[in-house]
Amino acid sequence: MSSVYINGVSCISVQDTLAEDFFGQFKPENSVPIVKAIEPAYKEFIPAAMIRRMSKTVKMSSVASHYALKEAGIEKPDAIIVGTGMGCSQDSEKFLKNVIDNQEEFLTPTYFIQSTHNTVAGQIALALQCHAYNFTYVNTSSALEFSLLDAKLQLTDDEAENILVGSTDEQTERTMELYQLRHIIKKTEHFPVDFLTSTTKGVLWGEGSSFFVIGKNKTENSYAQIRDIQITNKLEQQETESFIEAFLVKNNFSLTDIDAVILGFSGDQESDTYYKTAINLFPESALLYYKHLSGEYNTASGFSTFMACHILKNQQIPEIMMINSIKKNAIKNVLLYNHLLGNDHSLVLLEKV
Amino acid sequence: MGHKIAITGMGIISSVGNNVEENFISLTTGRHGISEIQMFESRHAGHIKTGEIKQSNEELVQHLQLNEDNNVTRTSLLGMIAAKEAVENAGISDINAFRTGLISSTSVGGMDITEKYFYNYEDFPEKQKYIDAHDAGNSSLAIADYLGLKGMVSTISTACSSAANAIMMGAKLIKNGVLDRVIVGGTDSLSKFTLNGFNTLMILTDSYNTPFDQNRKGLNLGEAAAFLVLESDEVVKKEDKKVLAYLSGYGNANDAHHQTASSENGQGAYLAMQQALKVSGIDKEEINYINVHGTATPNNDLSEGIAMIRIFGEGNVPEFSSTKAFTGHTLAAAAGIEAVYSILAIQHGIIFPNLNFKTPMEEFNLVPVTELRKKNINHVLSNSFGFGGNCSTLIFSKP
Repeated sequence: MSSVYINGVSCISVQDTLAEDFFGQFKPENSVPIVKAIEPAYKEFIPAAMIRRMSKTVKMSSVASHYALKEAGIEKPDAIIVGTGMGCSQDSEKFLKNVIDNQEEFLTPTYFIQSTHNTVAGQIALALQCHAYNFTYVNTSSALEFSLLDAKLQLTDDEAENILVGSTDEQTERTMELYQLRHIIKKTEHFPVDFLTSTTKGVLWGEGSSFFVIGKNKTENSYAQIRDIQITNKLEQQETESFIEAFLVKNNFSLTDIDAVILGFSGDQESDTYYKTAINLFPESALLYYKHLSGEYNTASGFSTFMACHILKNQQIPEIMMINSIKKNAIKNVLLYNHLLGNDHSLVLLEKV
Repeated sequence: MGHKIAITGMGIISSVGNNVEENFISLTTGRHGISEIQMFESRHAGHIKTGEIKQSNEELVQHLQLNEDNNVTRTSLLGMIAAKEAVENAGISDINAFRTGLISSTSVGGMDITEKYFYNYEDFPEKQKYIDAHDAGNSSLAIADYLGLKGMVSTISTACSSAANAIMMGAKLIKNGVLDRVIVGGTDSLSKFTLNGFNTLMILTDSYNTPFDQNRKGLNLGEAAAFLVLESDEVVKKEDKKVLAYLSGYGNANDAHHQTASSENGQGAYLAMQQALKVSGIDKEEINYINVHGTATPNNDLSEGIAMIRIFGEGNVPEFSSTKAFTGHTLAAAAGIEAVYSILAIQHGIIFPNLNFKTPMEEFNLVPVTELRKKNINHVLSNSFGFGGNCSTLIFSKP
């Protein structure tokens, strides 16, 4: 498959990733179960009357998509593709509470209308008056990767020139409680956690929105090329190495061609073993992790993809992301590996422009 | 389109039948599946009718022979039944023999269980396993596990056009050589959440839905699952597969008009149909039958009708019918079950009737097919539109 380019990026996350100099301002978190996204001043982007009505995921996406498009110099993309694990869970939860609390009576439709998973993509289309292809992937952990793959296929098929791709997830109070009940989020007594050497079950939960403009052509602003994407629902521990190796071979890459590997260490002892196995393949590469900065969530790879773009463009790796101490003179190829508690494994290969 | 994509298997469960054969018999004998709510607790039971599948989750679990400790919700249970039939129908014995994927779709995911225990999961430790099964993506992972499938698994949620988009994405993955074979479709169970959502929007009929009728009062919700097996030409040739039909075109557009309502001129629908025809390379005159979205809401049928007239021309709209009077509107699964019905229409040379139609709409001169009609059908166009302005069109063709 031929390459496509990432020409605009924007990320709202637990870190202040909208700030100009965010590289130097990272504040890792390992002592609380839930971390929240730093929200921008929405009133600069969204009419005041709408701010109250819109859910967090819609607002974050509205701002992040705005910046990504602006950076790429695109007003109306040829397609809008959004990935989200939990969709509009705040409005879903509000409507569900109303249904239960009021015994199915005296309901108003607003929360229901905004509860569907495709609300984000639909709202962006509405705001841009964009009639083009509009898609929403809702995979447990590979929604962004499928969105990128879809975009890549359309660009290489000459169906589009510039595509807006995003990933977004928001927290809700009750879902967080239920995740704690289920120990998807670590027990309180298991914090603080060392993300790389954790011996306990569960993760630290975050949220955020990342948007990208993927183009057929290289521009002055290009961050990276997307070489290839590989996705699988399941993987046995012992298949991890062959999964990665086969992907690289398919792209005519050897293991030593990979300058940096960004791994999704989440602090969940059992499922992090996949990443530990992957590390063995790359003794000469810079190894990075990020969920101590972003938290885990269904589309956490939006944060790492955003970081990979900046790393490739700036040729600089934030010290705080380093697992080992291998420094590369030049960072040409970056491999991202992510999954969520052992489900939906994805590999994304990005290349310097 | 680069090439047509072969469809080699299909499976379905809906309120008019537990498999393809039963659905076909219901469609040809005029037996609809709209009934009183029995399978879940709701204040609206006895007032609002739905296209409910009269099997409990326990019965479905038993039928599928799942382990007792499973955490499979109704959406996934229905999906498993339909996906299994599709895989068997395609004569697949080793699911991973080729690069095989599953692209499913749903709007509610595990909501049917979540809404039961939302506030009091703490009091039901044995039910807490269902917390893991709430997200939409989980339903496809569960179906893939049940099929023993390892590979690309994805879920699409674009409201009522979801399954059409799953079919479209599957076709693109085969066309581009990413996959050799892909199971595509959608599944949605009824839930109190959805029922009340549509009820507050005041687009549910208090009786039986009457698509494209002047006096239409809204839709009946339904539940269903349906899947198709798409295979590459190489696999079809190598395995000497019987091709049921081809997917020859697809189109996706956004109405960009309103979060829930369709535009007056049906712009999204118009663009989706236009795109699908363009991709297929088929002349619009060659379309023999349209399986319309036809939800029987005042807004949809008017907007869709206008879009059809814009595409085909006044007086030239092909014979059309909505099958939603049989099944109710099955949301994310709708385009999946209507894909199966479109293929059955091609295979048997039959147009299924648009039940409950009496009075033509005054805005235009469009009358659906109301009796079972025999006709040679080479190409069927199938529409599906959803909230968020999502509009999709698929074209199925005779092998």
